[in-house]
Amino acid sequence: MTEKMSKIFSRTALHTVVILIAILWFVPTIGVLVTSFRPAQDVAQSGWWTVLGGIFDSVRFTLHNYRMVLSKLGIGRAFLNSFIITIPATLIPLGIALFAAYAISCMRFFAREAVFMLMIALLVVPLQMTFIPILRIFSKTDLAGTFPGIWLAHTGYGLPLAIYMLYNYISGLPEELFDSASIDGANHFYIFLRIVLPLSVPIVASLTIFQFLWVWNDLLVALIYLGGTADVAPITVQISSLVGSYGQDWEILTAAVFISIIPSLLVFFSLQRYFVRGILAGSIKG
Amino acid sequence: MYTKKIVPWLYLSPALIILGFFLIYPSIHTFYLSFFDRSSRSFTGLSNYIYVFSNRVMLTAFRNNALWVAVFTILTVFLGLVFAVLFDRVKYEVVVKSIVFMPMAISFVSASVIWKFVYAYKPAGTSQIGILNAFLRMFGRSPVAWLIERPLINNLCLIVVGVWVWTGFCVVVLSASYKAIPRQILEAARVDGAGEWKIFWRVIFPLLIPTLTVLATTMVVFVLKVFDIVYVMTNGNFGTEVIANRMYKEMFQFRNFGRSSAIAVILLLLVTPMMLVNLRRFRKEE
Repeated sequence: MTEKMSKIFSRTALHTVVILIAILWFVPTIGVLVTSFRPAQDVAQSGWWTVLGGIFDSVRFTLHNYRMVLSKLGIGRAFLNSFIITIPATLIPLGIALFAAYAISCMRFFAREAVFMLMIALLVVPLQMTFIPILRIFSKTDLAGTFPGIWLAHTGYGLPLAIYMLYNYISGLPEELFDSASIDGANHFYIFLRIVLPLSVPIVASLTIFQFLWVWNDLLVALIYLGGTADVAPITVQISSLVGSYGQDWEILTAAVFISIIPSLLVFFSLQRYFVRGILAGSIKG
Repeated sequence: MYTKKIVPWLYLSPALIILGFFLIYPSIHTFYLSFFDRSSRSFTGLSNYIYVFSNRVMLTAFRNNALWVAVFTILTVFLGLVFAVLFDRVKYEVVVKSIVFMPMAISFVSASVIWKFVYAYKPAGTSQIGILNAFLRMFGRSPVAWLIERPLINNLCLIVVGVWVWTGFCVVVLSASYKAIPRQILEAARVDGAGEWKIFWRVIFPLLIPTLTVLATTMVVFVLKVFDIVYVMTNGNFGTEVIANRMYKEMFQFRNFGRSSAIAVILLLLVTPMMLVNLRRFRKEE
């Protein structure tokens, strides 16, 4: 084999492998998308891929599954609940974390290092360690099964990562910025509001996406604090209960799943840049 | 000055109060509860822990968690590395990276439904609607009940779902570190006549070891707490139980708060070594 031949050969092999990987990763989602538009009888009788091959003379599509799922099976309500849960549960921890991260990175005070180490330690504490005592308090104070209860819980659980990532970012800002401002006599609140906040927009954007996706996709915290109450249950909880009751009705399950992933995919594809930046800031430093 | 001492704590207090209430206090309380009976009334010493380490289902859960930690961590990090290097060599890198990264935006609940559909099983002789069994049929093999076939096949099938979701994360992180390697180093190795394989193992791999270590730790901490996938796909039946699902069952199904607290404490102990690794790393960076 000449060198040119072998180069072409290895290029072809590379492309084949890469494209195979892409197909492998994409196919499961395509299957769900296609199935969600097929009538129930077809779904039970033939694989979704037969649609692509045109093996049936007339391939039938329907919106019935979506109508059914949204109105009768409570996914419409759950979709709304997910938004009601997610938006405050994203914004509240971010606001609180910004103040804390600013203090840790820009102020000198007693026990500063201890506070920071505490945050690092809290990063890995399993949420399971907190469920029973908090649920008991929530039950006594009527916060169990309510939106404010789960907002607070997500705030607590989201804070360590948010503070940690913001700290990493803010402490990496050039120090001269702060020095010149303090020489000019600016107080901390001014520096925080006028210098640090505007410069932190990229990391705040990343964190917003992180926390949004984390809360939107959460099942466990919602199961614990909201229980199975349909009035407040988010879409993840409803889908997992549909798996129990409609386990073999794939047209129903796939439609519900597709509805649930639309917002996260929209957020993901429109803001992927920030998401990637957030991951890099959170997982590797330097 | 007096105010100078107070101001940092003003910035920190909202975060500290919430963290204290939602993470620190409950963790201590859960530890305490783990020495009490099911309704937290009478002290029972270590009996919950003895149960945890002798009950058959719990032992299965430990075995499965070990399997998750080993297989999930190795696969995500290894595939992340291979994909990052392969994708770097094609022009459509951005597209394939997005495809592999996309599942990160999807909840585990939805991912579980998506894959349950891939694994769907019907008895031999009928038409298969799950793509995996359709493949087997194409090659004249009889269908496999993927989620029931114990102990290895069904557990691996669940792990695959996690790998599908998290590999993209590893690709993104490793691809950034890989691109940060100065091209001259690779060029110099090529000029010296080293083959691509040798360059990968002798040059690229050693330079990526710090990133690989951080990634592996992150994956282990995450996967020890795996819950959603198992809860939705098998609910721990057919020998697929995991620690976190068991904790949930002890809490909500069996209402045994002593045992479920003990299980939570075990989870905390399992992630503690990772916490110490993190703390040491940050102390060095500070």
